[in-house]
Amino acid sequence: MAIVVERPKLKWWEHLYLPALAQGMRVTLGHFVRILSKKDKVTMQYPEEKWDANLPDYYRGAPALVTDEQDRERCVACQLCEFICPPRAITIKPEEIPSDDKWAKVEKRPKVFDIDMIRCIYCGLCEEVCPEQAIFLRKDYAITGTSREAMVHDKQKLYEIGGVREGLVNKWNDLK
Amino acid sequence: MEWQIIIAATIKIVVFVFLVTLPLVAMSVWAERRVSAAMQDRVGPNRVGPMGLLQPVADGIKFLLKEDFTPNHVRKTYFWLAPALTMVPALLTCAVLPFGSRLFGEKMVIADLDVGPLFVFAIASLTVYGIVLAGWASNSKYPFLGSVRATSQMISYEISLGLSIVPLVMIYGELNLGRIVQEQAVNGWALLPLWGEGLSVKGFLFAIPLFISFIIFVTSMFAETNRLPFDLPECETELVAGYHTEYSSMKFALFFLGEYAAMIIGSGLAVTLFLGGWSLPFGWLAPESIDAIVPWWHGLIHIGCFFAKVIGFILFFIIVRWTLPRFRYDQLMRLGWVFFFELALANVVLTALLLMWLK
Repeated sequence: MAIVVERPKLKWWEHLYLPALAQGMRVTLGHFVRILSKKDKVTMQYPEEKWDANLPDYYRGAPALVTDEQDRERCVACQLCEFICPPRAITIKPEEIPSDDKWAKVEKRPKVFDIDMIRCIYCGLCEEVCPEQAIFLRKDYAITGTSREAMVHDKQKLYEIGGVREGLVNKWNDLK
Repeated sequence: MEWQIIIAATIKIVVFVFLVTLPLVAMSVWAERRVSAAMQDRVGPNRVGPMGLLQPVADGIKFLLKEDFTPNHVRKTYFWLAPALTMVPALLTCAVLPFGSRLFGEKMVIADLDVGPLFVFAIASLTVYGIVLAGWASNSKYPFLGSVRATSQMISYEISLGLSIVPLVMIYGELNLGRIVQEQAVNGWALLPLWGEGLSVKGFLFAIPLFISFIIFVTSMFAETNRLPFDLPECETELVAGYHTEYSSMKFALFFLGEYAAMIIGSGLAVTLFLGGWSLPFGWLAPESIDAIVPWWHGLIHIGCFFAKVIGFILFFIIVRWTLPRFRYDQLMRLGWVFFFELALANVVLTALLLMWLK
């Protein structure tokens, strides 16, 4: 059934439109004065002011590789992240660790580990899937470059961003 | 003698139109963006130059360097002619506005016409041709609808605009804008008769029809210049961008600047007619007559005063734009034909009666 919405009966001075004009002006000029006198501050002027300190722990920025306390690469080149990566941003070429190496018992490590940051969608699936806790999403978000090549993070760059991560990190904590 | 007049006129044209009005157009675009931003709790353009003051320059460069795209389906000649036809009349009307008293003995008005307001209305109504041509030549439905709306709106409001200044003309008995301003400088502004001969019962009584005229004039000015709340010709929600939908680059910029130039001239005319033009309040520094000698620094103060008033009026335009929602089209037409037209006519009669009674 159709609902009949009654139009409000306007008083004669409301018909004049001028009181509404004054009311509207009061609202807009109120905002105008509050903003100009710096009483209210709404906008953050990005490059000068940043919100980095307030980023939450679960913020998903650029993915990066980490080393453990003994300076061993945690990544064992299992390629699970490469397979799960929805936009296929990750390229891994595994290699054998030579038997005379200190970490020879680990058997494999990535020879090439590239993340194409143009493709990466910061979904965090690589972090979730990693059995070795080797890849983490950091809080870096301003990833820029002047060419497509510069936007590909190679292994060295990834370790540079990631740094050292100590101890086991429980990934199935409350945050996930 | 002849060449001196020509040189003086040229200097006035170059300085007033190209060095003052056009930059004022650019600055009012900047002011519009900053003011609207502040009203909506935003920041607005603040990167180019101090406080973003050079933003109009950046905009201009952008407009010049953009691709000037002419669609295939347009009527080319008229399509190219239309933007110029909106910009030129707006600037032409500068000619009769007295923007100062006298500077070095020279009248601060480009053309001291004895039919100032008539000239302004005659030229200002040519603006509608630009809009009609733009809409028709674009050969596409939204520009067409926009231009049809613009035409009917401008023609309707021109009537009340013209009628609204009749009481003023009757009271001053004068069509020369310079002499109207001189009269106001000595005997009180039309809306503020607080000194000279204006400070009398007669002056206050005359202020009543003048105030009604002022309301009609300003509202019709909003409609004439297609500003909100009467911007139906280009209302984004219904018509994409109205008559300039198909335009890009500098041709679009000309429409844009034409609108702002019309706004500035409108403000200038309102200030001249109702708010005492270049004169300071309470008769300060007012020359005794139109032919009196004015010291050069008085002249400069008068020019500054005129532009201060115009800028204040432009800010009012901007504030109103970002405050009020748009009218519905039938409401707009009703307001113009049923309300303002009658009110303006009644106002003329009222003024005539007052004049008869008080003479």
